[in-house]
Formats: sequence, C-alpha cells, structure tokens
Amino acid sequence: MIQLIINGQPRHFDNLLNLQQLLEQMSLQNKRLAVERNGEIVPRSQFTEQPLFDGDRLEIVVAVGGG
Amino acid sequence: MDDFIIAGKRYSSRLLVGTGKYKDFNETRTAIEASGAQIITVAIRRTNIGQSPSEPNLLDILPPTQYTLLPNTAGCYTADEAIRTLRLARELLDGHSLVKLEVLGDAKTLFPNVVETIRAAEILVKENFQVMVYTSDDPIVAKQLEEIGCVAIMPLASLIGSGMGILNPWNLQIIIDNTQVPVLVDAGVGTASDAAIAMELGCDGILTNTAIACAQNPILMAQAMRKAVEAGREAYLAGRMAKKLYSASPSSPAEGILPAQAK
Repeated sequence: MIQLIINGQPRHFDNLLNLQQLLEQMSLQNKRLAVERNGEIVPRSQFTEQPLFDGDRLEIVVAVGGG
Repeated sequence: MDDFIIAGKRYSSRLLVGTGKYKDFNETRTAIEASGAQIITVAIRRTNIGQSPSEPNLLDILPPTQYTLLPNTAGCYTADEAIRTLRLARELLDGHSLVKLEVLGDAKTLFPNVVETIRAAEILVKENFQVMVYTSDDPIVAKQLEEIGCVAIMPLASLIGSGMGILNPWNLQIIIDNTQVPVLVDAGVGTASDAAIAMELGCDGILTNTAIACAQNPILMAQAMRKAVEAGREAYLAGRMAKKLYSASPSSPAEGILPAQAK
C-alpha cells in the first residue's frame, strides 16, 4: 500500500506501478490533462514510464472556463 | 483587408472572449459562437477527482482545432505561480505557446502586481512563450513589457469584472500611441458601447468575459459585442470629424429656405 498526495488530498493505492496506471484507476486516462510530480511536469509521452513512490505529490490539472 | 495579427498569426475577429461564469457548457458554446471570437481564454485548475468520467470537459465543447486557446494565470499572485501554471498549460495543450499572463496584487480589486508581472514576462519570453500580458494602464510599464518581448499589451480599462467601462481613455491613448505590438483592452468592459469606445481610441482588440457571461441575455450581448468591436474599428479607420465646441454647422443648405409667410 502506498500513499500519494493528489491535488492536495492523500489517497491510498495497492500495487501501483506507474502514472498511466494511476490515471486508469482514476478513470482519467485519455483526458486532456497535465500532470506535475513533486513539482516537475511529466510529459504525456512518459506516463507509462513514470514510476510512482510512496509520498509522491501529484498535481493533475485541466482547462476550465475562465477570463 | 484589415486583419488582426497576434504573434504572426492572422485573425479576422478583434474580439477575444473568456469562457468563465456561464450557466452551462451549452450557453458557453452558443455565446462564444455568437461573439465570432477566434481566440478564447481558459483557466488551468486542479481536476475534480470525484467527478464522473463521462462528464464533458471544456475542451470537448471548444476544441483547440476550432479556436486559438489562450490559457491564463488568473488567481496567481506571484511570478512563480504564473510561470508554473503556464508550463502546465503548455503541456496540456501540446506545446501551445500563446498565453495570457496576469499576476494579481490584491484579492479585493484584482489589480495587477506589475513588478511580479514584469518578472514573470521576462522568464516566459526566455522560455519561448508568446505572452499577451494583462497590466495596469501605466504607459511606462506597458513600454517595459513590450521591450521584454510580450506579443500584446493588455491594459485594464477598469477593474476585472467591474463593468465600469473606460475610466481613463487618456492613458489608454498614450499606450496605444507608444506601442508597436497590438494593444487590447482587457478588463472593465461592461457593455457594447465600452468596447466601441476602446476601439475608436485605436485599440487593436478587446478581451471580455463578464460583460457577456453576466448579461441578462449572454447570447444577445455576445452579438452586440461583436458588432461594437467591428463598428468601433471601422470608425477608428474612418477617422472621426473634428470636435467643434460652440461652432455649429448645419448639414442642410443655407440657401433656398422658404421665407416667413406674411401674416
């Protein structure tokens, strides 16, 4: 079991391997989003190669209405 | 043709619109279509983790293939926050580099922090962003932002979301006269006449959100804004007549007027 801080909220996952799998578990795969891991942007092309570790802080952002 | 060029790309509409504050996505899409805008602003926010996966995304209804998306830094109070937001936006939009920079200084007035804005602009330009920058109507700051390499200078006409209109046309005029890149009024437009006044001053374009989204009928106001921006631009290009205080001049011939009838 590992704990990730996603958008400021702690969440727990079993057997997590990489970022792509996390997004799939959260039903966020194939969405237009950008991800920052511990303050560094993870390019979309590297989602499947990006391992996640206990305590990682992730920010997952999308475009919303704004002026 | 009187085309409008931003960062080397040609646009036919000089009205840029925001996508916030609408009732729903359907109203957003219909109003933006009615405005004729080709460049639309979006905000970058944390995704709502709990939301249902089938819930539509803003970019599904306003696809980047159809519009030039202008990610903004609304809500950022430091250069670092704004830069971080725009780096994420560039990743989100597949390397898209045209952005709207705004760094706020005060939560009550949403007045820009021009010191942080300049700092952010310097870094973003070095990172090859094409920066359209929201600023105060200070002509010196506007000049500095242009010298840094911003692709458009966007002074406020009055406070963001206030709808107070063009409060200092004289400063705007100085900025317009001294700037080589496009100048757009961003913030303060309340209704169509405000947009027309700004365009008559010689502004290259208008960016508005609240005036359309918070009108009683946003779709109709979007149409009105489109017409006002076009009318203001044409009036500017036409060149208005000189103002003549206390110097009336009849439009009809002075000769051949029927004499007063004898009683």
